Parts: sequence; C-alpha cells; structure tokens
Amino acid sequence: MTSGADLLRVEGLRITFSVLGGEVEAVRGANFRILPGKVTALVGESGSGKSAISQAIMGILPSVAKVGGRVLFNDPEAGTKPVDLLSLDTDGHEIQAIRGARISKIFQEPMTSLSPLHTIGNQISEVLTIHTDADGSERRARTEQLLGYVGFSDPKRAYDMYPFELSGGMRQRAMIAMALICRPALLIADEPTTALDVTVQAQILQLLRELQSKLNMAMLLITHDLGVVANMADEVVVIYHGDIVEAGPVDAIFRNPQHPYLKGLMAAVPHFDMKPGERLKALREVPVKAGTLLGRPDARRVSGPDVLVSVRNVSKTFATRSSGWFGTGAASSHRAVDNVSFDIRRGECLGLVGESGSGKTTVSKILMRAVTPDTGSITFDDGEGALDVLKLDGPELKALRAKIQMVFQDPVSSLSPRMTVKNILSEPLEIHGRGTPKSRVETVRSLLQAVGLDQRFINRYPHSFSGGQRQRIGIARALALVPQLLICDEPVSALDVSVQAQILNLLKDLQKELGLTTFFISHNLAVVDYMADRIAVMCAGRIVELAPREVLMRNPVHPYTRSLLAAIPYPDLDRKLDFDSLQASGGSDQQRWGVQFSDGGEENALFPADLGGGHYVLARKSVDARELRP
Amino acid sequence: MLRYILWRIAVMVPTLLIISALVFTIIELPPGDYFESYIAEIRAQGEGVNMEQIEALRQQYGFDQPPLLRYLYWVGGMLQGDFGYSFEYELPVSEVVGDRLWLTVLVSFFTIMFTWIIAFPIGIYAATHQYSWGDYGLSLVGLIGIAIPNFMLALILMYFANTWFGTSIGHLMDQKYLSEPMSWEKAKSILEHLWIPVIIIGAAGTAGMIRRLRANLLDELQKQYVVTARAKGLSPSRTLVKYPLRMALNFFISDIGSILPAIISGAEITAIVLSLETTGPMLIKALQSQDMYLAGSFLMFLAFLTVIGVLISDLALAVLDPRIRLQGRSTK
Repeated sequence: MTSGADLLRVEGLRITFSVLGGEVEAVRGANFRILPGKVTALVGESGSGKSAISQAIMGILPSVAKVGGRVLFNDPEAGTKPVDLLSLDTDGHEIQAIRGARISKIFQEPMTSLSPLHTIGNQISEVLTIHTDADGSERRARTEQLLGYVGFSDPKRAYDMYPFELSGGMRQRAMIAMALICRPALLIADEPTTALDVTVQAQILQLLRELQSKLNMAMLLITHDLGVVANMADEVVVIYHGDIVEAGPVDAIFRNPQHPYLKGLMAAVPHFDMKPGERLKALREVPVKAGTLLGRPDARRVSGPDVLVSVRNVSKTFATRSSGWFGTGAASSHRAVDNVSFDIRRGECLGLVGESGSGKTTVSKILMRAVTPDTGSITFDDGEGALDVLKLDGPELKALRAKIQMVFQDPVSSLSPRMTVKNILSEPLEIHGRGTPKSRVETVRSLLQAVGLDQRFINRYPHSFSGGQRQRIGIARALALVPQLLICDEPVSALDVSVQAQILNLLKDLQKELGLTTFFISHNLAVVDYMADRIAVMCAGRIVELAPREVLMRNPVHPYTRSLLAAIPYPDLDRKLDFDSLQASGGSDQQRWGVQFSDGGEENALFPADLGGGHYVLARKSVDARELRP
Repeated sequence: MLRYILWRIAVMVPTLLIISALVFTIIELPPGDYFESYIAEIRAQGEGVNMEQIEALRQQYGFDQPPLLRYLYWVGGMLQGDFGYSFEYELPVSEVVGDRLWLTVLVSFFTIMFTWIIAFPIGIYAATHQYSWGDYGLSLVGLIGIAIPNFMLALILMYFANTWFGTSIGHLMDQKYLSEPMSWEKAKSILEHLWIPVIIIGAAGTAGMIRRLRANLLDELQKQYVVTARAKGLSPSRTLVKYPLRMALNFFISDIGSILPAIISGAEITAIVLSLETTGPMLIKALQSQDMYLAGSFLMFLAFLTVIGVLISDLALAVLDPRIRLQGRSTK
C-alpha cells in the first residue's frame, strides 16, 4: 500500500494521560489506515483507547494527554503532500480549517454534544460561517436543505428548534447534518448509535451508510458493537488495551479471526442462533458456587402454585404539565403503563423487551410497590397463600419486600460509595432482622463466593471494583434475603460486551441452582433471548406480544415485534440489515401497524388474542386470530 | 412570554402584602412606641413634657386604635404614596428619605456594575488558565477580598487617602451641596466621591463573584458540547464566548435577585464609617428610636428591591435560556 492511496495513516500513535501518581498509556504504538470512500471500524471495549485515537486525529484531546507518532492526512481536494495532523498546533488555524470542514465528528451522546441554549440551525450553520464565505440566507438555505436530507420532515421549523425539543434520534440526525454540511473527506463517528434504541439505531445506520456512499467520504466508525461493524464496515481494526491486535478487511476479520481477544469477543456476544442450553463464553469466566449459598434450595421454591406473580389490568398515568408558565394550560397525561396483564410462573425467567419510554421500568417499579398503579391488581403467591400486593401495608409489606428483590442498571450509582461491601451486603439482613452480627458476616462471605468475588474484598469500597464486579455485588445484595422473585432491570446494558457475558452467565447459573424466578427487563432482544423462557414485548405502555422464547423469535406476529427483530444488527456478514424493509415495517409508529393492531384512538379497543401455545398478541377484538398471522 | 411576565408581576402583590404584615409585626414587637421612648428620654433630661401635644399626635396617627386597623392605615397610606410621618425628624417620611433613596440606588447600581466589570474578565481568565500562577494569584487576592470586612477596608482606605492625597473621602458629596437642588456641580461632586464606597462595598461581592464564575465556567468547559464546537473548527476564544460563557451566565443572572438587597443592607456599616448620605445609617437610627413609619418604610423598600431583583433575574433567565422559555413546546 502506498501512502498516496490512503486518506489517513496512523503511524506509531502513542497517547499517554498524566493522572495523579503517574502516567497511563492509553494507546501504545497504533498503526492503521483509512481508505478514501470506505468505512473503517475501530472496535474495542471501553477504556481500550479507541476514543482517544479519534480525539488525537482531530487534535481535541484533553490537555492532560501527551501524543507521539504521526497521523498523516492526505486530503484529496487539497492536492498537496500529506499533512501530519499531530505536528499542527492544536489551537492553530491550520487544524481549525481541517476540523469540521475536512474531518468532522459525530459523538455518542447527542443530548450533551449539542448546546442546549442554541437552536440546531444556529449550531449547524455555524460550521458554514467558520469554513465558507456563504452569507446568512445562503447558510440558512443550505442548512435547511441538509436538515431535510437527514430526515427532518419540516426543515424550516426544525432550523429554529432547540435540542431539548427533539428526540434522541432526531438530535443525532441534527448532529450528522452538522458534521456533513461541509462535505468532509473523513467522518469520525464515535459510538454514534450506542445511546439510541434499536429501531432508531437502524435508521441512523442506514442514513450514515447512504450519505457515506453518496458523498463518497471515508468514515471511521468507532464502536464496541460487532453487529454494527458487520453491517457497516469495509475494514476493521480491533484494539485491545491500547494495542491494535488485528486489522484487515471485514470478511477476513469475521470469517477467520486470528487473535484470541477477537475470537473471545465474538463468542461473548449473545446471538439468536444459539442452541438451547448453549452458553456464552465470557472472556474471563468467573466460577460460581451458589451451592454454598443458603445451604439447600428452599422447598417452597420447588413446589407451590404454578403462578408466582399475577398482574392484571395494571395502568399508570403520569401527569405532565405541558404549558409551563401558568399551569392553566391543559395538564396532559402520559400513560406509562396501559392495561398490562401477565403472569410470572414459578422458576421461569420472563423477559420484558421494549424501547426506552415504553414503560418497562414503570412495570418493574409497580411490582416492587415503588409506584402505585391507578388501576389493576397484582397477586403474589409463594405457597403461603395469595397476597394482594397493592393492598399490603406495614409488616406484611415489609415481609413482601424481602421476597422481591431487584438488580439495577447502573452498577455505579446503585451502590453507596460510603459503604463497604460488608455493609452493603449485610444491610438488607439488618433491616429485616435476620441472624446475629456474626452470622451475617458468614452470610456475606457465602454471598461473595456465590457471585464469584474473592472474600478478601469484604472490607473494600465499591470504587475499587470494576463495573462487572460492582454489578456482581448488586446481584449478591439482591440475593441476600433469599428472594422468591428477582427483578433485573437492564442489568447488563451499562457493561462491556465481554463483562456482559460474565454477568448473564452468573444470573443464569444462579437461577438454575437456586430455583429463582426472574423478571428480566432489557432493551436488547439478544440478551433477553439468551436469558428468558418467555418474552413479553412492550410498546407505548402496552404489552403487544407475549410468547415462549422460540415462538417469539421464529414467528413474531405483531408488526412492532417484527420491526424490532428486523432492526437488530447481527454480527454476521451473511445476515445484514435489510434497510429497505425497515422503513416499511413501521417500528413504534402505530399508523403503520395495520388496522387489526391499532386502536384507532378508541379506549379498550384492543385485547390480547390467543394464538395457541401461550402466544398472545394485542389486537382488535373483532379480528380472528388466524387473520393476524402475516 | 407576555403571560409569564404578567403572572410574575401579579404574584408580587401577595408577596409584598405578606412582607408588609411581617414588617409591621416586627416593628410593633418591642414594648411601647415612639412616644413612650420620647417621653422617657425627655424626662431623663429633667424637662417637662407637653402631654397634650403627644396625646394629640397619638390620636392623629391612630396609636389608640387596635394594631390591625393601624396596619391597614399604614398599608393604605403607602399605596397612595403616603409613607407616614417620621416623629424623630418631625417631617413626612418621604421628605426625610428624599435624596437618600436615590443616592442609595446610585451607589448600589455602580457597585453592581463595578462587581461585574471586574469579576467577569478575572473569572474567565482564572477558569481558562486553571492552576496557572495567574489563577493562584488572583484567587489569593480574591480570598483576601472576601476575608476583609467592609468597614475595615473603609477605615484603611480613609487613612491612606488622607495621608497620601490629603483628601477626606467621607460623604457622598461636598457638604455644601447637601441641601441644594441637583446641578452639574453637585453631580460632579457626587461622582468624585462615589468611587471609594463603590470599591469598598463591591470588594467582597467581586471576590465572591470571581470564585463562583470560575467554578461554573470550569464545569461548563468540561462539557461535551465544548468539544463539539472545537471539532467544528471554532477557535478557542469564540468557542468560549459562544458556548460555556453563555451557559455560565445563568448563575450570574440568578444572582441579581440576591445582589440588590445584599448590597443595600450590607453597606450599612460602611455607610456609617464613611458617613455616606445613603439610607443605611438612617434605617439603623430609626430602628433604635422606634420611629416606626420611617423604619417600616425602609424595610418595605428593601423588600420591594428584593422582589424586583428576583423578577428581573427570572425574566432575564427566561429570555436567555430557551429551556425555561419553551418548556411546553417539546415534541418528544
């Protein structure tokens, strides 16, 4: 390869961050290239240095970072010799002329990446102000044109809107417009879809792909998601702890991975073709010894009524004040949970899937009695007689709390930084007055062992643990009271892929060994598919489809479920996303669902139709179940 | 927006009414009234008291009426611009206060301007050059500014002004203009005297403002949208002015509400030390001698300024921050 053919060559790039008490090498001598007009994916876990590389290319590293090596940028339009971007003054005019105009960047979090105080039109046209001589009206015209192109239905109105008035997906579209308005030669996309829902992710990927080929620009796609890589990339660069471990065309990387890390990464991602009972291979497997926990399985868990929790017609409406100033403006209400009914059977894992804002977490909070629903009933029966969960009070409620425990999404904020592991794990025991101080320590030790943590960690504080270890502490805390029902609310979405496999395997083992009943909430269908026996799909506060796992994955009936499944990027080159059919299937847009699935604005028009075999679909009452199948 | 402004102004009315009730209660709390302390004072001097005249005054001002009625008279009078009668000065309150009110407003206004003009560039410099020698030096000066009490600074400045320039810096103007109507000469004299109290009263506020601006700006400089702006190719200085500084303005604006009364009431001791012709010294005296109408009017004036300050800052915030202005337009 000659340097003339490469748009960007990174040679011996070293990045070190000076931190308290020394230096951390984030990137150690990275070499790779980006070809013009191609998508190069940079894959790695968080902390592997992939974002630092992209910042080094743009010259926007924080001031505590030191860089070495060369980054040669060969701008085809400039027609001159390659420029070493690292040799330019980071606040100088030369690099400023390149930033935004020739190399531009999309960031992960579209909310914080846009200034909340300026209209998106202002922020996008600013790029034109900096890099072109266009006058005000021309800037506005060009911005509006591009806004229309990236998917704003009313660009003139969108120009004057503020970021907080837009949804996450629309904000990311505005961000893309901002990056592309000067038609750069290289677009750096740093985890562009990680913060987005899966159907929105598919739309954004489609848009990026379209624009990339239309403008014939190169793209450096930074991601941890191998599914995104398989669907987008031409070339792949894999980075692990600051070292580039493998690089090459996407075919070679996926069909014949060489480096153990890459092989491990591929085996650690849950996918849909897993055989029943097949385990994920975590990069660093953690042995689980749940047998030491609590002696023997509780007899109650093994026998007892078939249905542990029964939820019937639960609804919850949140009032939001729409017209801010007076409060006289009609207070609009948002139906977070809309007439939801389901059962959780003893010993099973029920999965709940849905996009953000679909009401998943509200359902879990209602189960925990943290939120009181407006209507409906919940019955909890662990063999000691049925309990009406919503009417419990005082000591009875306290007793119930010990039977339902929760694992939270964010392992950082869900553990108190001021408590040691011992305090955290023994607190539930103290609250419920179980055991003596001495026996509690014993329980804490066996809990730690059960989740695969060293007993020496007992007096440490949460900050000295990694994300995966913290999540295991969270799981141990939930298990401390020997609950009947374990609610897991997105337990792995804040974790890296390799750690994710570890936690999923741990939960699976614990469930099997302790006979736990779990209610597993996630936005990630692949994860739910790996964990759950039955899956419920939630959209806009309603459960639109509920079926055993294999049925739902193989024969989804509801259009929303189908669009969810269609939008998932598989880490498989032979199963690329079908971008054309994505739009047609509709997603959460009820207008496109077809008459048999939409309520047409009427109350109570829909009810769950039984398709047999425990497969329910929310549809109109008048519709015959056979008509629903596509 | 218009509805919001009208609503905010409407809310001021009950707020001020409640404050007036509190003020009235407080000045009624000490036992006795102005006349009793007046009689006691005169008797202590061994002179006779014209009880008839005092009884007449008592009746005229309704001191024989129950407190609730007196409160209503007082509030009703204020609404018509009648702030009552100062027994101490034997003049209507409005005449006693007269110029002093405007001089107070003048001093406060210039103090606020001074605070902002000094604090803004220094705060920005300290934030953008964090941990540099300049930052440390300015922080040290700022901390000294916070630590030195106002009256102390006033005494020090008075001493040096006298020994170095041989001028007396007390008062707000040359004494000969005191009771004269406004003229160019008087205005010039006021401006000549103004800078000393402005520096003294503003010192602590400026230092505090620098610290807060620095902290706020440092937070904002870490934000992702600053990186976005840099990635667009915007130069550092234009980035700073357009994005983080604009965000840091929010706290600046919301400070207005507390700045007005703080400067006016915090300046009293300084005003006594420098014998300024502002309202501070008069308020303290009025409170001591139970000159209730005078004291009450002052307290109401302070309350009014607070309420106005909060109103101004709320409106300015709504103008500056679209998130406050456009709450309801969200399409999410």
